[in-house]
Amino acid sequence: MSAIDLLLPDYSSHPAYAKQYPAPPIGESPAFFPEKISREDAAHLDSLESQSIYLIREAYHHFKKSLCMPWSMGKDSNVLIWLSMKAFGGHIPYPLLHIDTTYEFPEMIAYRDWAVKNYGLDLIVKINEDARAGTGAYAERGPIGYDTADPITVTHELKTAALQQVMAEYQWSALITGIRRDEDSTRAKERYFSPRNKDFEWDYKDQPPEFWNQFTTSCAPGEHVRVQALLDWSERDIWLYIQKEGIPIPHMYFARQGTDGLRYRFRSLGCYPITGAVRSEADTIDKIIDELALTKTSERAGRAQDHHREGAMQELRAKGFM
Amino acid sequence: MSSVSTAPVQIAPGQTSRVRVVFVGHVDHGKSTLIGRILHDTHSLPDGKVAHIQKVCAAKGMDFEFAHLLDALMEEQAQNITIDTTQIQFKTDKRPYVIIDAPGHKEFLKNMITGAASADAAVLLIAANEGVQEQSRRHGYLLSLLGIRQVVVAVNKMDLVGYSQEVFDRVCAEYRAFLAQIGVEARAFVPISARNGVNVANRIGENQGVAPTAWYTGHTVLEMLDTFEPPAPLTELPLRMPIQDVYRFDDRRLLVGRIETGTLRVGDKLVFSPNDKTSVVASIENWSGPALTSAVAGQSVAITLTEQIFVQRGHVASHEVDAPIETNRFRARLFWMGKRNLMVGQPYKLKLATQELDVEVVSVDRIIDASTLEAASGDRGYIAKNDVAEVTLQTRGALVLDNQDRNPFMGRFVIVDDRNVAGGGIVYGGVYADRTKVKSANIYWSEGNVLPKNRVLRNGHRGGVIWLTGLSGSGKSTIARALERELFNSGRQVYVLDGDNLRHGLNSNLGFSPEDRVENIRRVAEVAKIMSEAGLVVITAFISPYRVDRGRAREIVLEGGHEFAEVYVEAPLAVCEERDVKGLYKRARSGEIAEFTGISAPYEAPDNAEIVVQTDVQSVDGAVAVILEHLLPRIRTITGDEISI
Repeated sequence: MSAIDLLLPDYSSHPAYAKQYPAPPIGESPAFFPEKISREDAAHLDSLESQSIYLIREAYHHFKKSLCMPWSMGKDSNVLIWLSMKAFGGHIPYPLLHIDTTYEFPEMIAYRDWAVKNYGLDLIVKINEDARAGTGAYAERGPIGYDTADPITVTHELKTAALQQVMAEYQWSALITGIRRDEDSTRAKERYFSPRNKDFEWDYKDQPPEFWNQFTTSCAPGEHVRVQALLDWSERDIWLYIQKEGIPIPHMYFARQGTDGLRYRFRSLGCYPITGAVRSEADTIDKIIDELALTKTSERAGRAQDHHREGAMQELRAKGFM
Repeated sequence: MSSVSTAPVQIAPGQTSRVRVVFVGHVDHGKSTLIGRILHDTHSLPDGKVAHIQKVCAAKGMDFEFAHLLDALMEEQAQNITIDTTQIQFKTDKRPYVIIDAPGHKEFLKNMITGAASADAAVLLIAANEGVQEQSRRHGYLLSLLGIRQVVVAVNKMDLVGYSQEVFDRVCAEYRAFLAQIGVEARAFVPISARNGVNVANRIGENQGVAPTAWYTGHTVLEMLDTFEPPAPLTELPLRMPIQDVYRFDDRRLLVGRIETGTLRVGDKLVFSPNDKTSVVASIENWSGPALTSAVAGQSVAITLTEQIFVQRGHVASHEVDAPIETNRFRARLFWMGKRNLMVGQPYKLKLATQELDVEVVSVDRIIDASTLEAASGDRGYIAKNDVAEVTLQTRGALVLDNQDRNPFMGRFVIVDDRNVAGGGIVYGGVYADRTKVKSANIYWSEGNVLPKNRVLRNGHRGGVIWLTGLSGSGKSTIARALERELFNSGRQVYVLDGDNLRHGLNSNLGFSPEDRVENIRRVAEVAKIMSEAGLVVITAFISPYRVDRGRAREIVLEGGHEFAEVYVEAPLAVCEERDVKGLYKRARSGEIAEFTGISAPYEAPDNAEIVVQTDVQSVDGAVAVILEHLLPRIRTITGDEISI
């Protein structure tokens, strides 16, 4: 079966669509194909692209077989796939990793399967099964889920702990990530090549110097380096680039008629129990870009785990969250 | 000290057309407050951010400070010190900016360098009530060392000195005199109050009817930022494309890297330093669209060549005119941020563009106090943390570079100590000359230990044997010598064993009978094994016609735990005979030489050689390239660190 044949089934009874945000139309392609438009105000994308490709190639040179690229299927990580294809001439020489929390929107999973076929990706899917089932190391605590624990705990166990497990299994020593400085003030302090210790801790108070495009390109056994290839990009840049290149992305970023008659879209995608849609009429990339020019709420405002308590994001990130 | 080299242009590689401005200055002179003020006055903050910070401050019983917007990490708010470099964007009517906030505490020098090294311009803050401080001078000096020439001095906290013009003039005079010493001219001195918003975005501050600095007729800080020049195009400089990697994922062999300066076109003849191989650009690839015909500075590209020469990471592509310097000894101005001192004579790793070589400081020529600009005696065996010094450096193997004032990208480097970048420097005083004349012999370090792993560490590669086999006249010796030169030039320990240096001495008692041929090859293999043990890459160039003998040679070398690669130097007998450089075939045909391989004695071609080169169709360079591609991964050090050739 080719990528083109993968079409969305009926998701209307799935709990992800229990609120006002409705399931997608049946029989639609899981990917939205934007019209390719080069805007005049997008000239700066060339140098952003060039720097990202440079970083990705540096990562591959230094880490080769011990390199992996986590992929959330969101807009940023789809840009990463695109940049990787460009960096290596239509071939991605490292595996992609999807940390499946089991709370994914089903149309995101459908998009994932479509993209794997479309790009010919080498995908590894990781679920922290013990945490969900309350077995193994979680036998005493019981199952971890949004019905039993707070968002910070769930995010840590189902994302960070899952990442730790899969990294130990595959012995990766570097990850290419899609975080951006403008997303969050703790991310603003990141380096392009950011070392993490054995416990995935980020020593943000004593980061190695990084200048003139010379990076921290090795680490001790058990430690790893995060290669943050989109650090310089803004949310707007990501959209301008998706539009310029015509990069296929999931439909959920575009406004959809809600059950209450109003229209909603997602600015940032995560687990469905804690990810909120925003009111929006933007059903094209041009409209999204116009909307961003006016909005003053932050991109991750819809992501509950960031705001659960003061310093939540820093707490999560110091423990290894992206 | 008036001749600090600076770049003709100051742009960070790969940065956007946004102007990147670093904010520096002494601790507590108000950098974060000024940045918070700029974000607020340019309406660059998300809704609720100010309210949120106000709430947090109120909960902690603190006054609201603009600085809290940046000092978002909890510890920072507690300590009131900016810990790391933060990058934030804002826009004026004219254009977008990236703000780089660099901390002022002395021990945080590395963060300041990290922030400032990518800046196009700088705002340097001096608090009017405290005046010029040690860090004010040190930061000014480092800005000039990093090549940042667009500097605005903001004299802050004017509210604390009653907006006194006299105080302002005194600070300006003192600091202007200091900047003059290092050859920097500030674009402007602006009297401001970041807290009250005076002369930042607007002339008049909040809640004030008249301008408190009515005596000041110059621009505000934001107006000054708008006068800064955006990154200048680097296309006019000579071409420099440091090779980042060579890919062969399909039938194409892609050379990838970023064009740091200049322009590259399909059809251009490129010279690759340091090995001086040339080839022509066949294509500039583009995965998502039609192939390109040219590419310019700033672009990360993938190219193919018309002729397959040996190229690898670290090589620098240029045009034949205006090629870079190739040397292993050069002078530099260096700043050190390492926890441990930088010791003269100790090995470190140097990274310049995509090159990575072992390096040592040969001499410390001058230590400069960045604050007083006084030169201490250079007669010191180390450079301490936060020192700035003029030094002479020497690399193992040839390094490709430019003087920093000629090409910023190829004129700056970092030094790595214990995995981390611990220092940086700029190259000056290098001589552009005929390459063959500036090449100097490699000088090797004295070494007390003799453990095998010490040899590997010192050499930067493992020992091994490249066994060339083929008919007389097939080109073994020519390839062996070319390969030896290539490896030698890249700082590797290499030696060729051939008939010339063995038959006349060690094997002078052997003839060409089958028995003597067997013994000849056995001795060659044993000698090669010993030399591999000594850490050398040994290239043997013997006909070695018998499969079983070559098999034995392989066993002998592998027994010693060294790499062994058999290279079949293949050429049809007719071609070899036609070449007949030494006239041997003629003599064999006439019966003058008995038992001549290929004529009157057999040659058993290898059926499982690691490498096959065909000298009737491949050039010498092409053959060497094939061998190197196979060989280099095998002799790589155990840590996986690659040594630039």
